[in-house]
Formats: sequence, structure tokens, C-alpha cells
Amino acid sequence: MKQLMTGNEAIARGAYEAGLIFASAYPGTPSTEILENMVNYKKDIYCEWAPNEKVAMEAAIGASIAGARSMAAMKHVGVNVAADPLFTFAYTGVTGGFVLISADDPGMHSSQNEQDNRNYATAARVLMLEPSNSQEAKDFMKLGLELSERFDTPVMLRVTTRICHSKSLVELSDRVEKPLIPYEKKITKYVATPANGKVLRKQLIGRLKIMEEYSNTAAVNEAEYNDTKIGVISAGVAYQYAREVFGEEASYLKLGMTFPMPMEKIKEFASKVEKLYVIEEMDPYMENHLKMAGIPCIGKEIIPEMDELNTDIVRNAVFGIAAETMKSEKEAVVRPPTLCAGCPHRGFFYALRKKKNIIISGDIGCYTLGSAAPLSAMDTCICMGASISAGHGAAMALKKGGSDLKVVSVIGDSTFFHTGINSLMDVVYNNGNTVSVILDNRITGMTGHQENPGTGFTLMGEPTNEVDIPMLCKAIGVKGDNIYIINPLDVKLTEDVLADALSKDEPTVIIAKWPCILKKFSDKDKEDFDLRPKRCEIDQEKCRKCKSCVKTGCPAISSGDQITINPDPCTGCSVCKQVCPFDAIKEVE
Amino acid sequence: MSEVRNILLVGVGGQGTILASKLLSEGLAQAGYDVKMSEIHGMSQRGGNVSTQIRFGEKVYSPIVGKGEADIIVAFEKMEALRWIEYLKKGGKMVINDFEIPSVPIQQGAAKYPEGILDELVHKAKVSVFKAGEIAAELGNSKTMNVVLLGALVKAMDIPGIDWEEVIKANVKQGFEEINIKAFRAGMEQV
Repeated sequence: MKQLMTGNEAIARGAYEAGLIFASAYPGTPSTEILENMVNYKKDIYCEWAPNEKVAMEAAIGASIAGARSMAAMKHVGVNVAADPLFTFAYTGVTGGFVLISADDPGMHSSQNEQDNRNYATAARVLMLEPSNSQEAKDFMKLGLELSERFDTPVMLRVTTRICHSKSLVELSDRVEKPLIPYEKKITKYVATPANGKVLRKQLIGRLKIMEEYSNTAAVNEAEYNDTKIGVISAGVAYQYAREVFGEEASYLKLGMTFPMPMEKIKEFASKVEKLYVIEEMDPYMENHLKMAGIPCIGKEIIPEMDELNTDIVRNAVFGIAAETMKSEKEAVVRPPTLCAGCPHRGFFYALRKKKNIIISGDIGCYTLGSAAPLSAMDTCICMGASISAGHGAAMALKKGGSDLKVVSVIGDSTFFHTGINSLMDVVYNNGNTVSVILDNRITGMTGHQENPGTGFTLMGEPTNEVDIPMLCKAIGVKGDNIYIINPLDVKLTEDVLADALSKDEPTVIIAKWPCILKKFSDKDKEDFDLRPKRCEIDQEKCRKCKSCVKTGCPAISSGDQITINPDPCTGCSVCKQVCPFDAIKEVE
Repeated sequence: MSEVRNILLVGVGGQGTILASKLLSEGLAQAGYDVKMSEIHGMSQRGGNVSTQIRFGEKVYSPIVGKGEADIIVAFEKMEALRWIEYLKKGGKMVINDFEIPSVPIQQGAAKYPEGILDELVHKAKVSVFKAGEIAAELGNSKTMNVVLLGALVKAMDIPGIDWEEVIKANVKQGFEEINIKAFRAGMEQV
């Protein structure tokens, strides 16, 4: 019997069936659930969260060199972090089959950019597969591991949000064990010195030719001939949109392997159809390959180069048929995401927004929502880990240029472990003076509560060693007096500590430590923090409707004829109570 | 592709749209339909609007529902029904939970929750409106609101031959089977 699975569940299943032994990842939407599902197979597969994508990639490379089938999974921007080992691993090739899963996010549902990672396959020269539904996600994961071993290359399985997070039916098979390939020392293969690299570089070019020959005959590059007036070349989820829009009439060349491109097969297909469309999301990746080979086609002149596609967009672009829709005269008010009621970041940002003459250098996580009104307590967010380093650069430039602006850098615990530690080292080593705030909510929040090096548990649920953040900061060189540990829900304390840190002309670190309110609290959390359920109430007789509490941006507080607190979402964090100038809010157990 | 049917479940992060759509798609798959379901995770869950899309039929390609294509929209929150109206097919049905969750601009006093949403929507679609949260609370567990709405949806879909109660038993947390089946039956009575 077939099962409904998301693409992410299917990838994990495919890895299991193919005898995979090692998997590593750093969580990132839309890739996170691949490793979360891998835990279901922990009897057979060792899997772990790495502190960042480069580490995940390198750990999986090591497992491949040691003879195991292995994989690393990450979101598209994670591949930027892991690009360094990827490019050289493309030279050395593999021992055990290796697949890198790149989960791109067209439409930027939960990402800071919309880069098209198919370009990595051509740049690094690694074989690329693109599934178009969950069955293919599973099958291509298995095929990827086989092709990796057959052609001695890392393989990139490129998926997108609509593949990762859509469910469709999948036929399951049993696991076929792939025992370790016995280890052999291969210095000229795996030691990438310039001398070895030059040889490997030539081998890579030879391998590309063989892979292209395979691509031309591969079953996953499949032509479906119907009427030949219109031919469509497509891949990934875009194929599903195209297949629905062009229907039974048109002919299709559906590509499952998109690097190296099957140029002979494409030429043959193009010669048989009258009018050729290339339907793809984001960059004109396939289209450029066709145009370079002199094959005329219609692509990005009608299909948008940005945002995700859907059947409406494709139908309108190709046939000029817009969807018939009903309109309403009334308009729904926007519903932007917001920090949860009881979120420990709220107290911190409320205190921070009151500081004048500062630049707030932000980072990636739930706390990026601190940039939204009414808190508006963030000036920048570039990429994972950039808060502390970009903040340091800004501070040094401001100092050199004679400005008296100061910088507060704000980063989450998981993001600090990801790439913030090196940045803090930059501040300390170079005599910086920024205030680095680590919002330690004891979990990786935004991606849905994954363990990290600071939580005391592994992906597979084992208790483990914990990074001691204050001790780590001290080891990096931050003076003991300049390390503050606070409860960020204490607004006055947070204000005072920020003022003290900002008064110093040397590196300071504030660790704002309180668990995410949505976290499933560990026994240690319950020991360390007062997490008893509480709530707050407004005494309407005392309330003067000054809206100080509303300005905390808490989604439990509503402002109308009366200011009220919705008891369901309220957790009694008491930030509203602390900011009320009329003592009108009280805590109730 | 006329035989493919499209269902949209729309609401606010945390309302339980995902479990409802899981039950729906499992039931449809067991009945032999080709099923695709698509949802968005991540940042939008933090109090933002969420949608789950379910398409089923003999053969389904696209995993997402186009504008003007939804046969039924189930709105877990009233303003979300308004937001998604352009996805409803002419002559389509709406199942609406009569429940308001103000968004941040409304809470801040920068915008007003739109008035007269239901009056407007009844002119555009076949609408069933009821207070699913209250029905669930009366049954003894307000969290089963999503299954009350599922019951109403299944009734509106009018597909015979699926043992939904079995699907619920197999897919909800142990110990919660009975209450969810009660919620499902109560939902069926609303349409």
C-alpha cells in the first residue's frame, strides 16, 4: 500500500532504503524535516545536527571517505556556508555514495533570499537530480547514492519548498544494507594539495563527459510524445504546473537529471516539436543551456524569473488566460508573523528599543521579528552570524569616522553556535567595543525546536555535553566583568545591564537566558527557570488606556474601547505589567 | 482536469489546520484517490496566516490550488475566509468558523477588524457558518475545534464510502479517539 509522504519524509525514507549510514544537517526551512524524519531510522542510520552547514557537509564527506553511504541536508543559503568543501570534494570524488540535499525556497516563504542553487551544480561540476514529487524524492535519493559511487562524484539532490512540504503517494521498499567499503589510504585522491589537485582537475573534466553520456540515456530524463505542435521542457515542481497547464495535447521532455544536461536528448526533442517552451522556476538555468547550444526556445521572456510559479502564472504567461476569480469589496487586514505571547525576546527588545544613539545589528531567527513594529528594535539582518561581525565592522568604522553611535549586536543561541563564535573572536581580537547579546532561549526556535550544542541533547535524543556560553566567551577573551547573564523578561534589569555595557569601550557580552515559551521544557529547564503557568489581567478601573502595554507588541493584548488581555495565549510573562505606569496589570496564578 | 477537486484549509498559525488536512488526505488516499497536499511551514507559524491545500482525483499534477479553483474553502478564522475568496471557484462552498483572531495591526489600533464579512460572503458562495470552538468546548475539549470543522467539510464534500471514524482512530493521539469522533460527528451536523 502506498503512503502519503512529504518530499522531506520521502528523502529520509530513500536514504534508509539505500543503506545510508551517516546523515548530518543544520536545520533550515524547507529542509529541516529531512533529518527529523531520519531519526525514525536511527537503529540503522547515525544522524546528527551539526552546528552549521559547512560542518554538516564536512562530517558527511568524512563518512563517505570512511566508506559509508552518507548525506548532508540544508536550505539553499546553507549551501553558501558549505560551498568551500563542496567545490573540492567535487575534485576528490567519493568512496561511499554521497548526496548533498539543497532545499531552495522560491517565493522566499521563510528565507532571506531566493537564490537558485542549480547554479552550484554547474559551478562545482557535481551531478544534479531534481525530483518533481515525493515518489521521485525517494527514488532520486537512492539513485543519487548509486550514481555518486558509479561516477565517483558528490551528487546534489535539488529540491524546493513545494517538493519538501507537499505530500503525495509513495511506494515503500525494504532497506538494502550497504556495508562499509573497506578503508584504503588514497593520498593522491584525498589530499588536495596543488600537485594532486591539478591531476584531480583533469579527472573531473573526463568524468563530466561520462556523466553527460549517462544523462542522455538516463531513464529519469524522459520524453513523452503527444501532439508535436508544442513541446515543453521542464523539471522539478515546475513540470507539474506545466503538465497541468499544457495538458494531454503537448509533448514533454521531463528532466530528472539537470546537470550535466542531456543535450543530445534535448536536441532530438527540439527537432521533433514545432514550438518549444522551457518552463522553470527562478533562473533561466535550462534555457541558457539550450540557447548556448543554439536551440531556439521560449522561456523567461514570458515566464517570471522570480517568485515561485503555479498553474495560474504559467497559464496566463503561455495562453493569456487569467483565472476567473471573485473579489470582495472588503479587505482582510494583513497578518504578519509576530513574537509569541510569552516570548522571552519581547522583554529584551522592549528594553533595547528605548536606548538612543545605537545601531542594532540583527541576525536570523525568531528574534528577527524584533524588527517589526511596534518594537522596531533591529537595523540589519544579512545572514547567519553576521550580527556580531557586521556590528563590529560598523562600530570600528563609526569610531574611525568620529561618530559617537554605538552598536548592539543581537544573535540567538543556535545562530551563535552556527557562525557567531568566530565573529565574537573578531570583536575581541581586534579590540572592538560592541555589545554582543546572545538571546539564549535554550533551543533552535524558528525552525521548530531542534536541539543544538547548548541544549544538552542530540538529534537522536541522547543526553550530551553542553556548551557553556559564558565560559566560551571568557575563553575567547571577553573579561569576566564584561559578561552579564540576565533574565530578559526583567525589563528594568535588562535596561540597566544594557546601559552598563554601552558605557564600556571594550567588548561586552550579555547572555539573555530564558527558554522559548513553546519549548517542551526539559527537567533541567524546570529546575533552572520558574516556568509555572501564570497569566496577567488588566484592572479596568486603574487602566488609563495609555497603551504602554500595547507597545510591547504582545499578541495577547488587544486595544479597542478597552485594553484587554486574552487569557488563552497569555503566559503571565509580566512584561506588560512591568511597563504599565499605573499599576493596572496584575499577575494571577 | 475537471475531475480534480480542490480543498483549501485556511487559518492562523496554531489553529490545527495541519492535523485536519492530514486526516482528510489520509482518508482520501485510502479511498484510492491520487492525493496531493501542500503546506507552508516556518516563519508564518508565528501568528501569521497559514494555508493547507489538498487536491484529489484520478491523477493530480500540481500540488497547489490555483485562484478560482477551490471547490471548498474551510476558514478556521473569519477574516481568513475573506483573504482567500479569490481562490474559490464560482459556485463553490465555504465552511466558516465564526471566530475572530485580530492580527497585530488590529491589536495595535492601526487597523479595524473588517465588519460584515459574513453578510458579504453569503452573496458570493454557499456558506455554512458556525462556532466550531464553542461546539468543541461543549463536547469537552476546545482543541478538537479542527476536527469539528473537518466533519463539516466532509459533509460538504459529499463523498460516500470512506470510513472517516476509522481514519480518525488511526491518526489521532491515543486516548483522544472518542472525543475527536464526537467532534467530527458534531461538525457533520452543521452542514
